[in-house]
Amino acid sequence: MSQIAFWGAVELGLVYAFVAVGVFLAFRVLDFPDLTVDGSFPLGAAVTAVLIIAGVNPWLAAAVAMVAGAAAGIVTALLNVRFKILNLLASILTMIALFSVNLRVMGKPNVALINADTMLSPFYGLGIRDFYVRPLFVGILVAVAVVIVWRFLESDAGLAMRATGANSRMARAQGVDTSRQIYLGMAISNALVALGGALFAQTNGFADVTSGVGTIVVGLAAVIIGETLLGARGILIALIGCVLGSILYRIAIQVALSTDTLGLQASDLNFVTALLVTIALILPRLRRGGAA
Amino acid sequence: MINVENIQVVFGKGTPLQKQALNGVSLIIEEGSFVTVIGSNGAGKSTLLGVLAGDVLPSGGRVTIGTTDVTRKSTASRAGLVARVFQDPLAGSCGALSIEENLALAARRGESRGLTPALGSKRREHFRERIADLNLGLENRMGDRMDLLSGGQRQAVSLVMATLAGSEVLLLDEHTAALDPGMAEFIMNLTQKIVSERKLTTLMVTHSMRQALDFGHRTVMLHGGEIVLDVAGDSRKTLEVEDLIAMFRRIRGQTLDDDALLIG
Repeated sequence: MSQIAFWGAVELGLVYAFVAVGVFLAFRVLDFPDLTVDGSFPLGAAVTAVLIIAGVNPWLAAAVAMVAGAAAGIVTALLNVRFKILNLLASILTMIALFSVNLRVMGKPNVALINADTMLSPFYGLGIRDFYVRPLFVGILVAVAVVIVWRFLESDAGLAMRATGANSRMARAQGVDTSRQIYLGMAISNALVALGGALFAQTNGFADVTSGVGTIVVGLAAVIIGETLLGARGILIALIGCVLGSILYRIAIQVALSTDTLGLQASDLNFVTALLVTIALILPRLRRGGAA
Repeated sequence: MINVENIQVVFGKGTPLQKQALNGVSLIIEEGSFVTVIGSNGAGKSTLLGVLAGDVLPSGGRVTIGTTDVTRKSTASRAGLVARVFQDPLAGSCGALSIEENLALAARRGESRGLTPALGSKRREHFRERIADLNLGLENRMGDRMDLLSGGQRQAVSLVMATLAGSEVLLLDEHTAALDPGMAEFIMNLTQKIVSERKLTTLMVTHSMRQALDFGHRTVMLHGGEIVLDVAGDSRKTLEVEDLIAMFRRIRGQTLDDDALLIG
């Protein structure tokens, strides 16, 4: 694997770290199996791309993308909390609707950002090679996001959210409005995923309506790989695990696809993904089985 | 103070399984009074507790806690008035959170929750002291996950949680039923200590007639969704478990007779 390919994988892993943290919030903190992310990731990309082309500041474009993602999360929460639709189904409904929304936003299946100013533009040409700039830039943003989410989850408000996912009856008895926590959690989760989408568009130079397919699997893979590697040792470690898992996942994919002896093609990506997630799911069980 | 006026609760209304769980129950519990509630399965004990906690909304009647009419208030919105310990040790706390996180959660019961770190050093110290009072050695395990604790330890921590934030009433829902006899005794003594120290208005539902007579100031027996016995003061002091069992039998016998009459 070339250096460029390696740093490319790290960069993509860091972009998807936002997805992983979002998925962690929904699946692990709120215990809400949320597939909305397959729609909110390309939504973030689409909103950012369209706004940047319209001449909007790329940072503002990313912020608007986050708001759009939050709105998507709130729709899923509304379907579940207000209309009592099963959480998984509610998220599938939002996801499928977002496909059309994304096409409307872009007006076509994909938008290119060639020569447009992005959040990264000021950092190119500072003497650092481009394939370092991107992972470095995204990495700093990921670190900021991790610290914010970590501090939030260890605050009074965050504790209420964690209790909602862990034992909602107890949470209500402690005065926590569990419905509100689900709205809030889903909004934050999907805002992070949309930010991932926005960064994906800005680092790769395009937004595509199909780029969301399988986002949830990639996010879950990162969460599970992180848990397998670092174990359950508090919120900060879990969040770092998400980031690490996301990067390692991309490197593993890159290695699998670039090793000629395996004879894999880019089209085998989904199979390799499924295989990796399966291994990550089985490993902890094997380890426990060995200890017992 | 608790004031329950003519409460009606019907489950499965309009279906073949319709059941009148509470039928015109009225009960006034004065400030600082400790009332025990007994009754057979299906008598309405848990429903009464649910009505007070907010889990069950009555179809008729009025519930006042302190000076607040809570008849239509949700569990979460009345949590500032009601502290509660559940029968199932797993139900009253979050197994996935640490002991101190559970305490932090309970310390803000009924209050707004902001972005302040849940476990500042001041709060930590306070929680540690309160847990050390239990003499269970848990003060050295404050960071342990709650689900590593035994049922009795969890109930003990739940009792502390119930008293961290102020409340008008303490509701105990057969909170020793899932424990072994030794631990049940420990928890009851702890309950007694906490209730009398803090002068809490307490309602305890129990299966044990011994407990019902040994603790508190007043005993209420429910049957078929109605209050069939309400004793306090001297007449309660002379009451023995045998007397209660005799009453239980008599009430049941009566209903059997009634059924027999109906069928006949």
